[in-house]
Amino acid sequence: MSGWEAVIGIETHVELQTESKMFCGCPVRFGAEPNTTVCPVCLGLPGALPVPNEEAIERILRIGAAFECTLVEGSLFHRKNYFYPDLPKNYQITQYDLPFCIDGHLDIEADGEEVRVGITRVHMEEDTGKSIHGSETGRIHDAEYSLLDFNRSGVPLVEIVSEPDIRTPEQARAYAAELQRVVRSLGVSDARLEEGSVRFDANISVRRAGDDFGTRAEVKNMNSLRSLQRAIAYEIDRQIALIESGSEVVQETRHWDEGSGKTSSMRSKEESEDYRYFQEPDLVPLHVDQTWRDRVFAGLPELPAVRRHRIAATGVDRQAAAVMVEAGDLADLFDEAVSLGSEARTVGNWLSGDVVAYLRRNETTLADTHLQAEHLQELAVMVGEGALSSTAAKDVLARVLAGEGSPRAIAEQHDLLQISDTGALEAEVEAVLADNPDVLAKLQSGDLKPIGFLVGQVMRATGGKADPKVVSELIRNKATAG
Amino acid sequence: MSDLADLTVSEAASSIRRGEATSLEITNAVIARAGVTESHLHAYLTFDQDAARAAAQAADAALAAGDDGGLFHGIPIALKDNMTTRGTETTAGSKILSGYVPPYNATVVRRLQDRHAVILGKTNLDEFAMGSSTENSAYGPTRNPWDTDRVPGGSSGGSAAAVAVGSALAALGSDTGGSIRQPASLCGIVGVKPTYGLVSRYGLIAFASSLDQIGPFARTVGDTAALLEVIVGHDIHDATSYRGDVPPISTALETGVAGMRIGVVKELSGEGIDDEVAAACRAMYEKLAAAGAEVTEVSLPASETALSAYYLIAPAEASANLARFDGVRYGLRVDGDTTEEMMARTRAEGFGPEVARRILLGTYALSAGYYDAFYGQAQKVRTLVRRDFAAAYEKVDVLVSPTSPTTAFPIGERTADPLSMYYADVCTIASNLAGDPSGSIPIALDSAALPIGFQIMAPALHEEQLFRVAAEVERLAEFRQRPELATSEVRPA
Amino acid sequence: MPVDIDIAKVARLARLALSPEKLAEYDSQLQDILEHAERVGALPTEGVPPTSHPLPMTNAFRPDEVKASLDRDEVLEQAPERAGEYFRVPRILGES
Ligand SMILES: [Mg+2]
Ligand SMILES: [Zn+2]
Repeated sequence: MSGWEAVIGIETHVELQTESKMFCGCPVRFGAEPNTTVCPVCLGLPGALPVPNEEAIERILRIGAAFECTLVEGSLFHRKNYFYPDLPKNYQITQYDLPFCIDGHLDIEADGEEVRVGITRVHMEEDTGKSIHGSETGRIHDAEYSLLDFNRSGVPLVEIVSEPDIRTPEQARAYAAELQRVVRSLGVSDARLEEGSVRFDANISVRRAGDDFGTRAEVKNMNSLRSLQRAIAYEIDRQIALIESGSEVVQETRHWDEGSGKTSSMRSKEESEDYRYFQEPDLVPLHVDQTWRDRVFAGLPELPAVRRHRIAATGVDRQAAAVMVEAGDLADLFDEAVSLGSEARTVGNWLSGDVVAYLRRNETTLADTHLQAEHLQELAVMVGEGALSSTAAKDVLARVLAGEGSPRAIAEQHDLLQISDTGALEAEVEAVLADNPDVLAKLQSGDLKPIGFLVGQVMRATGGKADPKVVSELIRNKATAG
Repeated sequence: MSDLADLTVSEAASSIRRGEATSLEITNAVIARAGVTESHLHAYLTFDQDAARAAAQAADAALAAGDDGGLFHGIPIALKDNMTTRGTETTAGSKILSGYVPPYNATVVRRLQDRHAVILGKTNLDEFAMGSSTENSAYGPTRNPWDTDRVPGGSSGGSAAAVAVGSALAALGSDTGGSIRQPASLCGIVGVKPTYGLVSRYGLIAFASSLDQIGPFARTVGDTAALLEVIVGHDIHDATSYRGDVPPISTALETGVAGMRIGVVKELSGEGIDDEVAAACRAMYEKLAAAGAEVTEVSLPASETALSAYYLIAPAEASANLARFDGVRYGLRVDGDTTEEMMARTRAEGFGPEVARRILLGTYALSAGYYDAFYGQAQKVRTLVRRDFAAAYEKVDVLVSPTSPTTAFPIGERTADPLSMYYADVCTIASNLAGDPSGSIPIALDSAALPIGFQIMAPALHEEQLFRVAAEVERLAEFRQRPELATSEVRPA
Repeated sequence: MPVDIDIAKVARLARLALSPEKLAEYDSQLQDILEHAERVGALPTEGVPPTSHPLPMTNAFRPDEVKASLDRDEVLEQAPERAGEYFRVPRILGES
C-alpha cells in the first residue's frame, strides 16, 4: 500500500450498567429471560412517556469529562425517525446538534508512537431490542422470519464519535482498547465486546497521501479487538484494490464476517436515509450548570494513562504497570500494598506476573481469590528480611491465592523459611569447607571464582533453605580470615 | 327533572352524602339514560355496565366505611378512548388498535380510581384525536344531541355528547387544538383545556406531544373546576408535567368580575365568525362590562398565522408519535412477505384518511430540505404567538372570544374538504400553541336551537382567573337548556 | 406558489402502502394544505427563536430505581403474532 493512506474514524456505543433503563424503571440486566424486562415505555405502548434516568446522565458526563470534552451547558434530546422492528417507537431518542459532550480527545500508543485521537462528540441515546433471525446461519438474509426480544430496548447507550484521526488498523485497535479501559475505570460499564456492552463501528476511507478524503464505508459487526483490527485491514486493502483497478468505493454499510475474514455489503440504499430529526417533545431541555460540570470533573478517578505513568514511575516495569492498570483491580491492590510500605517493583512483578498467571490458570478473578494487600506486604517484608527466597515467595503467593492463609503461616507450615541466621549456617559452612580443602585453598589464594560452587553445596546440604547471600558472606569471611 | 342522570356532580355528591341516593342508584340512572340515548348518539365505544355497577357498589361501601374520596366519589364519568385503561379495550377511535387491551392505566385514570369515581366507559373520538367533528372515528360518528343530523364537534365529541345528555355526569377529553372546547361549545356544556403540563399525559395516546392536554367536561363551571382539581398535579411518569405547586383553580368562583380587565380578541370577532355567534358573544361582553369588568379590544396579530403553524407542528409530531403502530407488538397486522411490507400494509389499512393525510403532511414537513421552511418556521411563529399573548396579558387579565366560528355543522358537510374542517379550530388553536389554559362556556342557543360557546383564555397557571370569569359568564348567561334527548320525559323513537 | 412534494417518497418514509390513486389524491390535498401553511413564512421571524415547548422547564429526571416490569404473557397476548417467548415478524429486508 505504498503511497496510500487510510483515514479511520470510530463510532463506539457503550451500554451503561445503571440499575434501570434510560427512560423507564425496567432493570438493566444481561441475559434475562426474553421479554421480561419490559414495560409500556420501553415497549413503545400507546400513551407511554419517557423520563430520563439522572444517573445515566451523570455517567455520560463522566465519560465526556474523561475525554476532556467540553460539557455542554444546554443540550437536548431529539427523535431520530426510522422504521425497524427492534425499535419499538420507530424512532430513537438520541441527541442531534446539542449533545452532552463535545471536542475531547484520547491519547493512545501504537507501534511505539503516541497519537492523539480527537473525540468529536459523546451523546446519550437508547438501545434497541434484539432480533433473532430464524435461519441456520443466523444471518438476516437467509431468515424466513425473525423473533424479537425487547429486554435491551431502552438500555442507556452512550455514543462516542472519534475524529478521523486514526491511520492504521493497529492504531484503531489501540484506540478501542484504551477507550474500553477508560470506560471501565469510570465504573460506568464493563464495556465487554462479547456481551455487546461495547460495540465499535469503523468508518474507513483511503487516499493517496496529500489528497482529499476518499469515499468511506462503514464496517460493523466486529466482536473482538482482533476482529476490529482485521476488518479494518481487510477493508483498507479492498478499497485500495478497488481504486487501483479503476473502480470506485461506494458509500455503504458493510458487514464483517469473522469466519471468512471479509466484509460484505449490508444493503445498498436506494435513497439516503432521511431521519427527520426534531426535538423530542416528550422531554424538556437539559441544563448542566457550572457547579454540576465542576463536580463531574472533580469526581473523576485517576485515568488509565495517568495511572500507568504513575506506577511505572515507582520503578515497576512499564509492561507490568500496563497489565495491572488494564485489569484495574490489580492496580488497586498494587496501590494498596505500596501504601502499606511494600517494595513497588517486587509487588508489581508478582501482581503482573505470578498473580495474572494464577488467575488465568485457574480461570478465576482476583475478587474470588483470598489475596489481600496485607498479604503482599507481609510477603515483601519476608523476602526483604531474607526469611524467604524469591522462589519460595512464589510458592507462598500461590498458596495465599488459593486461600491457605497468611504468607508467614504458610511458609512455616510448609517449612519454606530461609535460614539466614549466621549462627545456624556456620556449622553447615564449616562442614562444606572441610569437605573441600582444595577449593578453600583456591579461595585463600585470592581466586574467588569457586565461591559459587561452595554456596551451591551449602544450599544442597540445607535443602535449599539457606539464604545464599548469607552463605556467600560466611564463606568469604572464612576464606579471608583463614 | 327528577331523573338522577340529570343531576350535576355537586348535586349528586350531596345527594349521596345526605343519603338520598347511592352511587349505585345514580350509576343505574346514567346507565338507563345511555340505554335510551346511545342508539341515537353513539357517544361511547366501550360501555361497561357491569364494571360501572361494581365500582359504584365499591364506592358506596367505601363511603359507608368512612373512606370519602371527595366530590367525585361514586360519580359516574366517561373517558375519551385515547386514555389507556388496564383491561379495557382502548382504540383511540382507530382500526389499527381494534381489540387492543392495555396492560396499564393512564395517570388520570389512576387518580380518578383513587377518588372512587365510577368509570362508565370509553367515548368516541376522531381517530387519534385528529378532527373537529368526531366523524373521523373508525367506528362511526357521534351525533350532536341537539340535532342528530349534526356533528358534536371533535375530537372529544363522544365525551361532550355524553355529558350533554346525561349518559355521564362528567367526562375527560383531550385538547390539542380545541378538541375539548369546540365540542363543549357545539354540545352546550362546559369544557376546559388546562395549562400545558398541569395534567399528566402519561397514558394519553399521543397526537401532538407539545400541544396535547387532558381536561374536564361537565355541565357546570363548578363541576368542571372540581374535576380538574382531581386530575392535576405533578407526575413522575411525565417529564413535561409541571413540577411547581398546583395553582388555585376553584377558589374565586363566587368573586365576580368587578375590576377585572377582559380583552376581546380583535382577530376573532369579525370576519369568518358566524353572525349569530358573534352577536351572542358581543352581548356577553356587554354583560361582563355591566358586571363591573373593564372590557377592551386586544389584538393578537400572529394568531391569524397560528392555524397554519398548528397544521405543521401537530402533524409533524404526530408523524413520529404514530410510527409505533406497525403491526409488531399490538393491534392490527396485515400480512406481507417482509416486515417492511407488513408494516406499510398494516398502516395503510389501519389508519383512516385524515390520519394518513396528517402523517404524510408531518413526514413531509420534517423531511430533509423542507424542515426549515415548514416545521422550523412554524416553531418560530409559535414564539410570536406566545409573545402576542404575553403582550396582551400586560394589559388584560383574560382574553375572550367565540369558541367556535359556527354552531354545529351538518354531518358530512366538511369531510371532503380538509381545509374547511381545519378552520373549525381557528379560535382555539392559539391557546395550545401558547400552552395557556382556555375554556368554553355555553351562553345561548342560535336560531336553529344550537348552542353557542364562549371562550375564555388566561395566562399559564392562572386557572383561577379563567374559572372566576367562567363562573360569572355562567351566571350572566343563565343557560339552562338541555337537548331534548336529555330530558327524561322525551324518549325519541 | 406550488409546493414541491415527492408524495411516493413521503409515503415510503411514513411506511404507508398506498395505491397510485390514493397517492394522487393525497398529493393534491397536501398541495392545498401546504400552500396555506406556507403563510408561516410570511411573518418576519429574523432572530426569533423557535418554541418547541410551552413551559420553560429543564432537567426533568427520575432516580435510577428499578420498578416492576410487565407480565410477559400480558404483553405477548397483545401481539399479532407470537412465537413462544418472542414477538414474531416476517423476513426483514435490511440490517439496522
Ligand atoms: Mg447511535
Ligand atoms: Zn421499561
